[in-house]
Parts: sequence; C-alpha cells; structure tokens
Amino acid sequence: MTHRITARSGAAVLAVIGLAAVAACSSSSSSSSSTAASSSASATTSASSGSNPLSPGGSSTSVVIGSANFPENELLAEVYALALQAKGVKVTTKLNIGAREVYYPQIEKGAISIIPEYNGTLLTVEADPTSTAKTTAAVDAALTAKLPSSLTVLNPAPAQDSDSVTVTAATAAKYHLKTIADLGPYASSMVFGGPPEFKTRPDGLAGLKANYGLTFKSFDPLDESGPITLAALTSGKVQAADVFTTTPQIVTDKLVSLSDPKFNFAAQNVIPLVYKPDLTPTIESTLNAVSAKLTTSALLQLDVEVITNKEDYTTAAQNWLQSNGLG
Amino acid sequence: MSFFSWAWDWVTTDANWHGSGSIPQQLVAYLGYCALPLLIAALIGVPAGVAIGHRGGKRAVVVINTANAWRAIPTLGLLILLAVFLGFSPLTWLLPLVVLAVPPILVNAYEGVAAVDPSVKDAARGMGMTPWQQVTRVEIPNALPLILVGLRTAAIFVVATATIAAYIGLGGLGRFIIDGLASDQYGPVAGGALLVVILAVLVLALFAGLSRLVIPAGLRKQAKTE
Repeated sequence: MTHRITARSGAAVLAVIGLAAVAACSSSSSSSSSTAASSSASATTSASSGSNPLSPGGSSTSVVIGSANFPENELLAEVYALALQAKGVKVTTKLNIGAREVYYPQIEKGAISIIPEYNGTLLTVEADPTSTAKTTAAVDAALTAKLPSSLTVLNPAPAQDSDSVTVTAATAAKYHLKTIADLGPYASSMVFGGPPEFKTRPDGLAGLKANYGLTFKSFDPLDESGPITLAALTSGKVQAADVFTTTPQIVTDKLVSLSDPKFNFAAQNVIPLVYKPDLTPTIESTLNAVSAKLTTSALLQLDVEVITNKEDYTTAAQNWLQSNGLG
Repeated sequence: MSFFSWAWDWVTTDANWHGSGSIPQQLVAYLGYCALPLLIAALIGVPAGVAIGHRGGKRAVVVINTANAWRAIPTLGLLILLAVFLGFSPLTWLLPLVVLAVPPILVNAYEGVAAVDPSVKDAARGMGMTPWQQVTRVEIPNALPLILVGLRTAAIFVVATATIAAYIGLGGLGRFIIDGLASDQYGPVAGGALLVVILAVLVLALFAGLSRLVIPAGLRKQAKTE
C-alpha cells in the first residue's frame, strides 16, 4: 500500500513539475507580451479616468500622449513625450492602448492629445478609404483635407515604416540592386514571399507588375513581415519579400530594402496626429523639430535597440533625443 | 449572410474546382498533410504504448504523465519556432503535427494494454505462451478498441489542425482559410472550414467502420452483453 501511495504521489509531483516546466517555457517566451498586456490594462483604466467628461477638450495644463500596441509606436510616443517635457510641457503618457480602431475614437474626442501615426495608413484606414494618394506630399495634402475638424497632423518625418521589396545583402550585391526597378532582368527567376493578401491587393504583385514590369517566378504566401517571412528570406526559400522598412532584422540579418522611386507602396511617414484644441505653438515647433531629425535609418536603429536588444524605451528615446540636441 | 451560405456559395462556385490551387488539389494535398504525421505518430505511439502497458510499473507512470503534459505544447507556436530554427524543411510542418498526435495514441494504447483483465493474462501465460505471443495474441487484440480510440482522437486532432501548414506557405485546406482571412473574403474561409469539418466527420465514420472490421467478434459480443 505504501508503495502504491509513493508511486501515486510521485506521479503527482511529476505532473506538477511538467506543468511548471511548460508554464515556465511559455512565460519566458511571452514575457514581453504579458507585460504589454498588463500595461495595456493599466492604460485602459487610466484612459477611462483620464477622459474626464467634466473637462471636455482635455485640460490645457497637461497633454496626453497615446500609442498603439506595438513597440515602435510606443517608442515614438516616448520620444514625443520626452521632447515635450524638455520644453517644459506637462505630459502624461498612455502607451499601448490598442489597435487604431481603439485609440482613434479616443483622440477624435480629445481623451488623447497626441499619437504617433503613419500618414498613408491614417489616410486610407480612417480619413479617406478611397484615396489613391501615394507620395508623402499627396498623402499629407489628402490627410489635411479629409481629417475630421477636431484633428490635425504636423510635419511628417522622413522616417517611413512602409511595405518594401526586401532582399538579402548578398542578393543585392550579386545583382547590383538599389531600386525595385533593378530587379527587372532577375524577377522571373525569383520567388517572392509576402502576406497572403499580397497576391491580390493593388500594391502587391499587380502593382509591382504595373509599376515596374516585374513578374516573379512564383509567390509564396507567408506572414506580414514576421518570423516566417524573414526565415524564408534568410534561408533562400524566397529571394525577395515584402518586409516593413523598420523591421529590426533588416539590420541584424543584413537585409536590403530596395527603394521605390515609382511609389508602388504608399508613403508611410511617421507623423504626429494631434487633437486640435490641445495644440500649442510650443508643441508644434517641438514635434516638428523631432520629425525633422527622424529618418528611416534612425528609426530602424531605435527599433533594433528596443526590440532586439530589449533596451528600455525611455532610455533609448532619451539617448536619441540627446544625441540630436533635442533632449 | 450566415456561415453556411458563405460556405455553400463558395463550395458550389464552379471556378473553385478547377486549375491550380483548386479545391480538389488542396484537398489531396491536405490528406497528405494529415496522413503522413498520423502514420509516423502511430508507428511511435502504438508500439511505445503497448510496450509500456505490458511492462507496467513506475516507469509507465512517468511516461504517461510526460505524454499528457506533452499535450500542452502549442502546435502553432512550435511550427513558427521550427520555421525560424530549421527553415523550411519537411520537419517544420511534420514535427508539430506528430507532437500533437502521439500523446492520445500512446496513452490509449497504454491504457488498453494495462487494463486487460489479469485473469486473461494469467490464462495466456498458463497456456505456455511466450511474452511475444502474450502481447500479440492476447494483449493487443484485447486493447484494440482503446488503441482505435487513440488513433481516432489523433486523426481528428490532426485533420482539424493541419490547416496550419498553410501558415508557412504550404498548401492544403488551410490555404483557403488563411488567404481568405488575409484578403477579407469570407467565402473561402467558411468553405475551407466546412471542408475540414466534413473531413473530420468522414474520419469518424472511417474509424467506426474500421472498429467493426478489426475488433475481434468475441470482444464486440462481450461489450454488448455488458
């Protein structure tokens, strides 16, 4: 009988150890997402208390800077917040709020004052879904015309987080590739990888054909500039892929995003979206100064620091501002 | 529109049945993505489960609990992990599905053999059967109903899960679901899901038929009288 009991309790211990091991594995791999989830929970609660109906239009003493729920956007919000604090503006941050459909109504009614946005997506998702504007200037003009009266955008940064045709540095060197057009003679022997919808969307395969005359050997449906696409590109399963221009692996895996002189992909410049009643000359000049210095390579480097090197957002933002004379 | 009208419209559209990436093509590919991992899992799970059940003892408890904890491994997570580390070898899609299918097969085979009536085992030994004969002629036939339950469970798991192969750019019914979701077309999403469900029901029917064929008549009679 004692023997039986030991066997049974041994089994129980084993089961517990097994479960703990599984839990430990999964928690270590998703530690960032769990902290993100908890901070988003706190953000939502503070957001609801921040959108005090007694102070419509937001208070004039403190501006609220929000961000979407992905690292680059949180980092940009930190950059804005620290730059404004350096100019004596009182700032509260509500980072990691959620996707655009969650935060956009909040900024529209003034519960958030400023949010880092991307001009192309802001235009086609919120302001004017029918717009076909492609260049930075055209997108900004359309945005200014179509945004609701409570919202405005400041100057766009040169930094873009857009779709791109990306190849490995080795491929780029071998075929002397700089722009998408340079792929002309080689596309027919290359497999292209991208998110499944790239096959049908207007700026996908059809756009590459119409703008640059490219027809690839075949198309592999993968993910949206995520681990599958990057693994396919670095392992040579695909020779070119749709990768976002500020993906940290562009630096760490030595990839090259080809430039897009014919604007197949719409401009996606980083741009501050502002609740108009909260806008002051100080805010405008400060954020315009930040945007002027923010290039795609600077943003890519910042993304490497916070995503790959797990550096603290505030530290990374502060260092960048200081090295550019903005902090 | 309801799920079924989305699905029905898509499934009955003639164009979806011809050309590259058509329903018959992806269906055949899907059967391959299901059959191979299931076969490998059966080759691992059944012999291992039978051997553990036959020997019994403390070690069996360890193996069975490990197999049960093993079920907590997330299939899609494993797939992406392997895609990152192995690239795109066949192992990348095969391994997660084998990992999914082994535990139910192994645990049921073990339970089936371990639960064989001790008096039956004694009788086999008493008749002078060698250990090999005891396993192959007495324990496995007696454990067959549970072994089949394990295989059926694993088959349903795999049929319902092999859509993830499409996530790393492979074909199969998952292609319709993932591509449809990505391009906001609900027809292929609903249609692909419906085909997976139909396939799962067919698998159930197949196993019901199989159990009539292979389970010894005596055992079936016994089950009825009980």
